[in-house]
Amino acid sequence: MATAAKKTSAKSKADAKGPGGPVAPKPADFTKEQELAAYRDMLLIRRFEEKAGQLYGMGFIGGFCHLYIGQEAVVTGMKMALIEGDQMITAYRDHGHMLAMEMSPRGVMAELTGRRGGYSKGKGGSMHMFSKEKNFYGGHGIVGAQVSLGTGLAFANRYRGNKNVSLTYFGDGAANQGQVYESFNMASLWKLPVIYIIENNRYAMGTSVTRSSAETDFSHRGASFKIPGIQVDGMDVRAVKSASDLATEWCRSGNGPIILEMQTYRYRGHSMSDPAKYRTKEEVQKMRSDHDPIEQVKARVLDKKWASEDDLKAIDKEVRDIVADSAEFAQTDPEPDVSELWTDIVL
Amino acid sequence: MPIEILMPALSPTMEEGNVSKWLKNEGDRIVAGDVIAEIETDKATMEVEAVDEGTLAKILVAAGTEGVKVNTPIAVLAVDGEDVDKAGEGIGEEPPAKPAAAPEAPKAEAEKPAAAPVAAAPKTEVAADPDIPAGTEMVSTTVREALRDAMAEEMRRDESVFVMGEEVAEYQGAYKITQGLLQEFGPRRVVDTPITEHGFAGVGVGAAMAGLKPIVEFMTFNFAMQAIDQIINSAAKTLYMSGGQMGAPIVFRGPNGAASRVAAQHSQDYAAWYSHIPGLKVVQPYTAADAKGLLKAAIRDPNPVIFLENEILYGHSFDVPKLDDFVLPIGKARIHKKGKDVTIVSWSIGMTYAVKAEAELAGMGIDAEIIDLRTIRPMDLDTIIASVKKTNRLVVVEEGFPQSSVGDFIANQVSQRAFDFLDAPVITIAGKDVPMPYAANLEKLALPNVAEVVAAVKAVTYR
Repeated sequence: MATAAKKTSAKSKADAKGPGGPVAPKPADFTKEQELAAYRDMLLIRRFEEKAGQLYGMGFIGGFCHLYIGQEAVVTGMKMALIEGDQMITAYRDHGHMLAMEMSPRGVMAELTGRRGGYSKGKGGSMHMFSKEKNFYGGHGIVGAQVSLGTGLAFANRYRGNKNVSLTYFGDGAANQGQVYESFNMASLWKLPVIYIIENNRYAMGTSVTRSSAETDFSHRGASFKIPGIQVDGMDVRAVKSASDLATEWCRSGNGPIILEMQTYRYRGHSMSDPAKYRTKEEVQKMRSDHDPIEQVKARVLDKKWASEDDLKAIDKEVRDIVADSAEFAQTDPEPDVSELWTDIVL
Repeated sequence: MPIEILMPALSPTMEEGNVSKWLKNEGDRIVAGDVIAEIETDKATMEVEAVDEGTLAKILVAAGTEGVKVNTPIAVLAVDGEDVDKAGEGIGEEPPAKPAAAPEAPKAEAEKPAAAPVAAAPKTEVAADPDIPAGTEMVSTTVREALRDAMAEEMRRDESVFVMGEEVAEYQGAYKITQGLLQEFGPRRVVDTPITEHGFAGVGVGAAMAGLKPIVEFMTFNFAMQAIDQIINSAAKTLYMSGGQMGAPIVFRGPNGAASRVAAQHSQDYAAWYSHIPGLKVVQPYTAADAKGLLKAAIRDPNPVIFLENEILYGHSFDVPKLDDFVLPIGKARIHKKGKDVTIVSWSIGMTYAVKAEAELAGMGIDAEIIDLRTIRPMDLDTIIASVKKTNRLVVVEEGFPQSSVGDFIANQVSQRAFDFLDAPVITIAGKDVPMPYAANLEKLALPNVAEVVAAVKAVTYR
């Protein structure tokens, strides 16, 4: 486990991974406003997920529930380079992505509890949530399916001739699915504006990348399709932001797809029912103490005296209030009307 | 002896073709292997190579001739030493001797002169369709042309409609359904894909979720098993899972079921599979008019539509109404022929058995009503039930496998909703419960046939 722990701390490698591909950029220099915004947005995801875990334990949330705790810097850094109309799609560990796309915490939490005020009227649940308004295309429960779908979103952008980019997220586990490579081929062939963001949190459920993947450098996975790739320290929101700047610009300029391997880590089990015995407590603890994305920002902000402890506590208070409100709503909102069983099947 | 060069059969389902071009002229010297002509088949334009040596004495079928039956002499080759000028004499001056035998030609036995004269003519009679205004001019059209016309019309009408699939563009379609679309609409809207059904089905669904209206062609639905996760889990379920926010306005189309001698992996009928899934519509037309009107409806439909075509029917001609915008309702069966003694429900190629059986039964004094279901999901059970309440007898004909078949579902619904009206158990005729064999005799046995339909009708009418 020591080697695995060491590997996670890998910083962005400053080398190009594709033929003629871009070089991994240095972490962005954040302004005070950017640091505080990133802090607040990541904290919202963290507190939201902690609350979701509690509600699951209390029986308010059923089924599968996959928490994003530890990986907050990935979606938060990525969204900082988005423009109106850019789309996002991911798999089932999706709560953080939805909050990053500014979907309402109430709507997301009420969907987790299966209530009528949820984004899918309670009919989708944790893994299947969408927002047309916020350009969030799910929320997909089939590992790898969202990669082809996200490529299709990019196809639509190119068809319409707009400048939008599809942010297509998947994990190290999905990266071994066949349709991922079918999609890579088409995306590269047709120069589709899609960023493949591989969130390498080092475990596909309980199987570590070294036990499931012949090539564990996921930034290389596009090599056969001439798709460049970059490894990014996915625990550092500044590194993610600069990678997002580079990748969105790459796509908007008509260069076709690009891969960003986000080296990240989930603190919780695969789902709420996973005891995570495939790794040591020490490994998790080391990530939390040495690489936590939120603590990194906090330390920088305090160091630069851009905020005081009290200022940060105020942010935490604001975030906790939002989450408490969403939890209250999600517990009191009624279940869907029974007539909803028969709606939204066909138009 | 001069050698006759015959119209070759260049595909499993080819019955006739067009002589598009001669690459050799009369009097030219030919060696084996020379390309002498280009023949347009139901699928593609093929080069015809000489197998013998000699001199091209006479071209019997001029370039540009359409509808030349397989095995018709198209040229004469004088072998060395023969008089080239005389080699062609007497050949080809009479009408072509024998058109290729139509399979399953109805037996027009002399003892039954009163039988309805269903000739082996390629034109197929269709009863009046209430969806077509009376007095509309009809144009004989193949199913293939009807499908292409439907796509072309919808692409002209709506910029967000595009077609993607294997060989749909530059090759002009593996079965020539997309012929000419690339030329009219360009590569942006007629997109050749790699051979990656799972991937491009997902790309199509993603594009549909983003608001485009893709027509995804599967070279055959047998290959769509690679893509069925995207069809069902992504296309069919998203509207529900998103609480109605977004769905997939997409058409998956292509040939389905048995063609001819392509064996187990290329011969499956998926009607029952897709009809199982809430969130999908499943259309399976028989006539060219239905193919056109229903494909246009499918493209406009905001839901995912599985449009199951049949390779053998592609070349069949039917009357298609000449209307500016001919769109038929999905989910509505068509009474193909009214009758009072028994109801036969079928669809797609199953209708060919039903129609031929009906002619034989008429000769026996049995007046069968034929319902062409056209749409498998949502199913027009009301039309079936109304017919059964009138005839009190039901036979269902399909080519798919028998267990959990579409016919099983129909029989179940009829037994629940019209049990008291039934005078005999419902008989469901399906393909045999075996993988499709290759051998011609076994393949024929594995599929339904006219005699089975006749026997079933006789059984339910106690004749």
